Amino acid sequence: MSLRMTRVLAWIWTRGVLLLAAVLTLIPFAWLVASSFKSNEEFFRSTLLPVENRRIAWERLTTEPYARLFREMDFSRGLVNSLFLSSVTGIVATLCCAMGGYALAKYKFRGRGLCTALVLAAVLIPPPLIIAPTYQLLYRLDLLDSFAGLILPALAPAFGVFLFRQAIVSGVPNDLLEAARLDGAGEWRTFVMVVLPLVRPMIGTFLMVTFLGMWNNFIAPQVIIQDPARFPLSVAVAELRRGYYNDYGLQMAGTVVSIVPVMILFLVMQKDFVSGLTSGAVKA
Amino acid sequence: MTPPTSTRGATRIAEAVGDAHVPRRRSRGLAGLIPWLFLSPFLVCFALFTLYPLVQSVVLSMQTTFGPGATRFVGVSNYRGLMQDPLFWTALRNTAVYTLGSLFIQLPLALGLALGLETPNLRGRGWVRLLLFSPSMVGVVFAAMMFSLIFEKQTGLANQGLRSLLSMVGVDWSLDFGWLQQHVMATLIIASLWMYVGFNMTFFSAALQNVRKDLIEASVVDGAGPIRRFWTVTVPAIRPVAGFVVLMSVIGSFQLFELPFIMFNNTAGPDNRAMTIVLYLFQNGFETGDLGYASAIGWALAVILVACAAVQRLTARGEEAAT
Repeated sequence: MSLRMTRVLAWIWTRGVLLLAAVLTLIPFAWLVASSFKSNEEFFRSTLLPVENRRIAWERLTTEPYARLFREMDFSRGLVNSLFLSSVTGIVATLCCAMGGYALAKYKFRGRGLCTALVLAAVLIPPPLIIAPTYQLLYRLDLLDSFAGLILPALAPAFGVFLFRQAIVSGVPNDLLEAARLDGAGEWRTFVMVVLPLVRPMIGTFLMVTFLGMWNNFIAPQVIIQDPARFPLSVAVAELRRGYYNDYGLQMAGTVVSIVPVMILFLVMQKDFVSGLTSGAVKA
Repeated sequence: MTPPTSTRGATRIAEAVGDAHVPRRRSRGLAGLIPWLFLSPFLVCFALFTLYPLVQSVVLSMQTTFGPGATRFVGVSNYRGLMQDPLFWTALRNTAVYTLGSLFIQLPLALGLALGLETPNLRGRGWVRLLLFSPSMVGVVFAAMMFSLIFEKQTGLANQGLRSLLSMVGVDWSLDFGWLQQHVMATLIIASLWMYVGFNMTFFSAALQNVRKDLIEASVVDGAGPIRRFWTVTVPAIRPVAGFVVLMSVIGSFQLFELPFIMFNNTAGPDNRAMTIVLYLFQNGFETGDLGYASAIGWALAVILVACAAVQRLTARGEEAAT
């Protein structure tokens, strides 16, 4: 085989494989959205979109699953709960971690080594290990079936402190901190006005990580929350599968409603988010 | 500016200490406090909701509980029971199979896709990257909802799609192919492939930026073929990140829970074939109500994961020493 031939084959092969991967990624999304606009009858009749006489029969699709979701089942409640839980957790956890990371990065004090070691070691703790004792603790604190019981344990992810420490060590020059102090800025002002703006990409990344972590968390709310009025979307959707087992359109509509906000957020933030996520691994 | 008289709040002290006019001697004690004030929100939450539960999980693992309130000390019998519990071994085996599946199928594919995306003059590169990464943003619960219907007999996309595709080459694919009934592990591994292949690919892509272009050119001049070039130039450059990705995949895979839990309607699937370690932990802790046994399972999981991390560290260090 000539060199030219090999090149052409490689060209086709690469693009073919990438195209296939893209299509295989897209199809479940497309199927999900299409199914969410179908009655049960239509769900059985067509795979993706209903086709009649070689054209798409849009009129056979229906928004009824969404209407039922929001009118009969108060799904907006779950949406609001998820938005609230994820925003509060994201903002407070990011602030906690940025402050902690700043202290470990830029102050010399007794106990710093110990704190850093603690943070590093804590990254190894698998979350399922502390589910049972956390449940018991929340029971003793009378925080079961409350939002506080979900938010408080999520406020101090150790890897966040570590990430911010790294970002501040490499991204915030000491001279700048000195200059701010000489200008009479207090420690808190220095942190807010000098440090935070310099680690903005990390803030964006970590806000997204903690927001997503709470939004997509299932096991904690499943265990902690009892009252359906307090269910976040993850549990509310799983409940659809339990209570409306044969209602396919409804289940898929609930899933779409749960995914869309996250996808919008991701599209808005994607540049910083993806590079921020990989930066830790590549530098390490 | 007045010297600090009250200790209310970090702001007050911080402003006072930062002020150059405050005499050094007075501020030293407070200045030492500043890093602790910055650390305090984290430390308080961390101590209460990570350290304390961690210690408590040791205590709990030596108790039998009936719900969160009633406990009875049983010593190491939870651990002894665990070793003799056939369901735990089933869970361990299933989880290991799933993990190996993700390692040996998913990661090579992820690397292959990352390499494909490095092709020069590729149009739509950014879009493909974005698209392949996007499923990892979808929560496992939501992906599980989707896949539970995709893999249904008769109506599911998997069987219908395969049927219409394979009919083109004259193969008859049965709509009754039992993904969720007979091919449990394959189903879980395929679903996780969709969720995470792009995520892992992104890390490999970032690592491939570390491959030195001059080395590639030099090896081309030396007449090395693409396969040789891959092993001698690319692999050494991406090795640290690859180790990280492998470790992340192992840790993530060993915590598999929501996917089987949702897909098999809050059960461990037919004949417990979708039983995983965390699913078993959940069943014991929150269905049976024995938080003690659940904690023992948690420790078994932790030991496995720490061992994996240690192995990864040691091999990484060995490689650093070798080069």
